[in-house]
Amino acid sequence: MAKFQISRRKFLTAASLGASGIMLSGCDAFDSQLSIGSGLRSFLENANGLTYRAQRWLAGRDALAPEFTEADIRQPQRPNGVTAPDDDTYKGLLANNFADWRLEVSGLVEKPLSLSREQLQNMPSRTQITRHDCVEGWSCIAKWTGTPLSLVLDQAVVKPQARYVMFHCLDTIDRSLSGDIKYYGTIDLIDARHPQTILAYGLNGKPLPVENGAPLRVRVERQLGYKMPKYLYKIELVDGFANVGGGRGGYWEDNGYDWYGGI
Amino acid sequence: METVARSQSATGPDAPASSDSTLVYRQSRWTRLTHWIWAISLFFMLLSGLQIFNARPQLYIGKQSGFEYNNTIFEIGAENTDAGPRGYTEIFGHRFNTTGVLGWSGPPGNETARGFPSWATIPSYYDLGTARVVHFFFAWILTTTLIVWLVASLINGHIRRDLAPRLDDLKRLPRDIVDHARLKFHHTREYNTLQKMAYGGVLFVLLPLMIISGLAMSPSMNSVLPFLNEILGGRQTARTIHFTVMLLLVGFFIIHILMILAAGPINELRSIITGWYRTDPPAHDDKTTERSA
Repeated sequence: MAKFQISRRKFLTAASLGASGIMLSGCDAFDSQLSIGSGLRSFLENANGLTYRAQRWLAGRDALAPEFTEADIRQPQRPNGVTAPDDDTYKGLLANNFADWRLEVSGLVEKPLSLSREQLQNMPSRTQITRHDCVEGWSCIAKWTGTPLSLVLDQAVVKPQARYVMFHCLDTIDRSLSGDIKYYGTIDLIDARHPQTILAYGLNGKPLPVENGAPLRVRVERQLGYKMPKYLYKIELVDGFANVGGGRGGYWEDNGYDWYGGI
Repeated sequence: METVARSQSATGPDAPASSDSTLVYRQSRWTRLTHWIWAISLFFMLLSGLQIFNARPQLYIGKQSGFEYNNTIFEIGAENTDAGPRGYTEIFGHRFNTTGVLGWSGPPGNETARGFPSWATIPSYYDLGTARVVHFFFAWILTTTLIVWLVASLINGHIRRDLAPRLDDLKRLPRDIVDHARLKFHHTREYNTLQKMAYGGVLFVLLPLMIISGLAMSPSMNSVLPFLNEILGGRQTARTIHFTVMLLLVGFFIIHILMILAAGPINELRSIITGWYRTDPPAHDDKTTERSA
């Protein structure tokens, strides 16, 4: 065995260097290297891809998120993010009780759609009692009713080159120098066609309230809350999202969150 | 790898007066390598984990967080008082003033409401997304290292020889506790009973429980292993367990460091860096084994 002898001096030097590194780190030693786009950050983000592949491999296409009973619904669904959109378009639609609201399905589809609320609600529906896990750490159990997204996709006939479903929302989540930033997000077609992925218009047996995303929001039960956009008005089938927003596939993703919110 | 003992003339400054002491090969390269990878991973996981916790500095019991009912057992927060803002920590309904550290902290005149203070989190500023990137990167490193260690230690006999408790260990336990309380250490090739319990507890109980409770918080993994949440008492209880195991690991770390300092840091560190450990001279009345009581 190759012998590695370390002198006391060498050891103490190394140990004190290491210790001082650790003392520094608690402050801000890593901050500058962790901003989006930096080399170290990009390297660490490789683990997100690994996590995504592991989750996909283990959960497959159709493994269901746990569902609960009526007895587990102990409180209203806690809203998050924007709870009262201040956008003129949204306020106009709300004033008319969403009678003029339409869900547009466009992009890489054979038959672009423009569905009214009634048309959507006349399609077969699914009701599920599931747990909403916020990325912050809290959870809340509620009953959701909506149209399975797969039915809408079938009706629009997705083109083979489509890879992601992009959700466009009516609420302004942020304001930047270049203008208002509307909430948006993407999921892949595996999650889009998952049996529990619904376009929800009902919550706990009542119409979806404004604070929870009226008139329509997405439920993607195997991922975290930020993957389930509220105030939905347009579904676009795309083959990539590099040129949209910050290029990372969603509002929170553009702010450094993982694209696949499965953990 | 069998114990290799070799004679060594006692010339180093830390050598005991007796020239009977020997250097023995105590830690295999696998033990040493995995030890340091864990040390680094746990450091980053702790600090990024505290940042993640800051996003919701509360712990609950059950399947969900109680907003309209109370199942909160732990909370770090800030409140306004007549004497100005105050940080507090509430455990099972008992509230403590933790201003300056938990709840309300920062440079003088520039304090902010914050669960854990800036110096204890990665990154130092509030950024949940980045903390998650760091946390999950090192979660992979930590878990992979645990598997590598397990395989290597089964093959090289480390688990069987050094960690598996024997009947002798149980008999020796009271004496071992007394010795530790009096800071009286026996430097032998073998681990003593408390060491076996501490290392075995971390490697076979705490780290696996940490991984399991972490997976139980994942909505994607809930679809694969739905029973995990039920075993652990619900998603929010799993989160509470994850946090509690963190506290136990921090407690282990503090005691681990204190024990190294008390038992002779140079010798202890040498063994986990080079593998070689200086043992006490064998007791005169016990010629058959190096293992002291």
